[in-house]
Order: sequence, then structure tokens, then C-alpha cells
Amino acid sequence: MKRVVITGLGAVTPIGIGRDKYWNSLFRGKSGIDYITRFDTEKYDTKIGAEIKDFSPEDFMDRKEARRMDRFTQYAMAGTSLALEDGDIKLEKLDRERIGVVIGSGIGGMETLEKEHSKLLERGPKRVSPLFIPMMISNMAPGQISMVYGIKGPSFAITTACASSTHAIGESFRMIQRGIADLIITGGSEGAITPISLAGFNSMKALSTRNEEPTKASRPFDKERDGFVIGEGAGILILEELNHALDRGATIYGEIIGYGATSDAYHITAPDPEAGGAKRAMELALKDGKIHFSNIDYINAHGTSTYYNDKLETLAIKKAFKEHAYNLAISSTKSMTGHLLGAAGGIEAIATILAIKEGIIPPTINYENPDESCDLNYTPNTLIKRDIKYAISNSLGFGGHNASILLKKYME
Amino acid sequence: MTNFERVKNIIINTLEIDEVASITMGTSIMDDLDADSLDAVEVMMALEDEFDIEIPDEDAEIFKNIGDIVRYIEEKIN
Repeated sequence: MKRVVITGLGAVTPIGIGRDKYWNSLFRGKSGIDYITRFDTEKYDTKIGAEIKDFSPEDFMDRKEARRMDRFTQYAMAGTSLALEDGDIKLEKLDRERIGVVIGSGIGGMETLEKEHSKLLERGPKRVSPLFIPMMISNMAPGQISMVYGIKGPSFAITTACASSTHAIGESFRMIQRGIADLIITGGSEGAITPISLAGFNSMKALSTRNEEPTKASRPFDKERDGFVIGEGAGILILEELNHALDRGATIYGEIIGYGATSDAYHITAPDPEAGGAKRAMELALKDGKIHFSNIDYINAHGTSTYYNDKLETLAIKKAFKEHAYNLAISSTKSMTGHLLGAAGGIEAIATILAIKEGIIPPTINYENPDESCDLNYTPNTLIKRDIKYAISNSLGFGGHNASILLKKYME
Repeated sequence: MTNFERVKNIIINTLEIDEVASITMGTSIMDDLDADSLDAVEVMMALEDEFDIEIPDEDAEIFKNIGDIVRYIEEKIN
């Protein structure tokens, strides 16, 4: 099996666009949550979200191309542009039939769907844009990336709700391990802060309604948590076969050595009360990387700030790590970024690999009230410095999809 | 504003074209303005809204250039 390293990072997040801005906000504990400005939230129980306010598509792509892309595809394009630049990747010098694109999105082009559906209701079927379908379908992020960059290896989307990105990264890792591709642009993208998705998540009672204190609303593992905060953006990583990376003199952020994917087979939205699926995903990632659990230093948790996720992810960690669960550093960076749904695993893999590289564990902010069912070390409120050799990033999605990846400090 | 200018503005706005000076009655949307069939449908829909007319697909298929479109619309609205 070939070794797989991470050689480029592209973060498009509510707390900063670009690796450095994102990381600076993360370790300083800056929240990206504020009132939703994109539409009127008067009739909604939730009025807060983690919008990206400083995004101009023209900075990353042709204006005419951008017109034919839903917001989630624009974010994926921006993340790709940043990751390729960060990785100093000159595509014209590489064999583009050996390069792939695997991008997760939980929702796809919801904004386009809503706009065109309004046209259908108000003005009839003949007013629906011919661009509606190609803009809305959730595979169009990888589709557009492959077209714009002339990438001709495998390209596809993965849709497993909030686990989409981590599955995308895991499957890309396996393809490179097996020699199917030399380099894969992977991660995830989401642009679903829209009227109907906010309404739907509200009806599920999944979202925080702490409207009076937006920056304190996302409070994973805190006893007063009351739901997640919807975010948007993209987290794109360049995964590369080790020798391919060494041959071109790439900067290596770290290595990916394990991936585990499981299903709860339990309920459409609620996690398994025994946390068996999440536990097994972590165990499989450890087994895949041939690492004993006692070696893990850090877990970037899924940590959504919902009652059930945080309680049951904690239980899963305790079951998978036994007594070592109390020695681990854990944090949920969603406390700052909000929950980017299908893009969450992408930006969190970036956070995890930077934590390893920098020896800094970003905090879980807004941790104020201990919860007896969440009694591990969640790195409350301020970063800690710690040498990290091995770390895990978890993603758990509606539908009972669980994915964990195991990352390692790069050593020759 | 002449009908040509109205058509030209619709095309410019729909396709987000920067080089507006080069658009004449002889310009072809697909050959000269780098539009594909999906763009062409969007332009026709925008023209239908602008002039409050219907352009059946079989009529749209015979337009060779902007002049054809302008003449067709003038026939319809008069």
C-alpha cells in the first residue's frame, strides 16, 4: 500500500478564508456566528448562523463561470484554488489523468432549487432556468473543478449529510493507497443557509435558538447547549501519494494513515444510544492505521452542540479509548465555525492537520457548564500546546453514517 | 431605446458580457459570444419577459444572429 500525505489546504470558512486566517481564528477562539443577513428571519425560531461575509467569487474564478454555479460550487472552487496555490501544484506539469476530485456535499444546490421553485410556482414551468438542474445537483462541485482545471481522473461527489467530507477524504485516501490516483483534490462544500433549509432544521429542533447571544450559541459539550448553528463554506485538501509529493518537493503537512466508516442502522436523525457506530468508526480507523488507541493525542470531535450528539460521541470515545479517553485532548472547532454540514469534515481535517503540525490544540469555546454525561477533556476556552503525533477527526451524519480519519505527524 | 438596444442589454445582462461595443445586428450569440445552448435558452426566456411575448423553440432555432431576433420581435409586437 502506498503512503498518503496532505500537501495543500484550502479553507473557506465563516472565521476566515485561507489557511492562515482560518488557523489564526481557530487557535484564538474566535466565533464566526452572527445574525443571518441573507434573508429575513423574523418568522424563524433561529435567527443566527455562520455566514461567510467576505466572499467574492471573482477572486477565485471567472465571473461568467461563477454565474453558472450554485454557492456551494463556488465555495468548492474557491477552496480548490486556495489548496492548489497552497500546495504549489502546477497542474500543467502533472499527468492529469492520474489526478482525481472527490468532494462531499450534504445538501447540494439548495439556494438554486429554492429560487427556481419560486419561479415555477409564481410564473409557471416555462420560466425555470435551463441552468437549474446543472447548478443544483450535488456532484457539480467536483464536476466543475474537473472541467475548470482539466482534471481527468476519477471525480465524484459523496453525500452522507454531515459526514460527507470525511467520507470523501477517506475514500480518496484509499484510492491513492491502492495506486488508482497520484493526487486527489478532496474535502467538502456546503452553501445551505437558505430559507427552506433553516425552516427544515428548525422544525427538527436541531438548531440553537440562543438568538440573544450569537457568539455563544455553539457550545459543544456544555450543559446549556441547545442545538447546532448552521454554517457554510468549504474545506479542501490535497491528498498525494508520498513519492509523488517528494518528487516535486512538496511541503508535507502530515500523513493520513487510517479511515473507518460504519453505519448506526438505527434512526434517520438520532444517533444510536449505545454509540456503537461512532465507536466502531474510530476503532476501524485505528486498526486501518495499525495504531493502538493509547497512542492518540487529540480528537477533533464532531461535537455539534446538540444534546444527543455530544453526549453519545463522548460515550463512543469512552468505549473506543477506555481509560485513555481521559488522557486525550478533545475539541470541537464547531464552537467557532458553526456546523458546515457536508463541509464540516473538510475544515475539521484542516484544523486537525494544522494542530498536529503546529503542536497546538484549538479550543472548544463557550464551555462554561460541565455536563455529567460529557466528562472528558474538551480543551475548554483556550488552546493548549501539546506535541501531537496521532489525531482523529470524526464526522457523524443524519442517516446514521459515521466516518473517522486517522492523521499522523509526518516523519520520513 | 431602440429594440436592438433592448435586445442587446438583455443579452449583456444574461450572459454577463464585458465586451459590449462589439455587439452588432450581425453578432451570433453562440458563435461570437461563446454561449452554449443553455445560455441561449436563458436569453430567449429573458427576451420573452422583456417584450412580453412567447418565442416557441422552433422559432428560436432559426435565429442566426441578433438581427434575426430583433426583426422577429418587431414582427411579434407590431
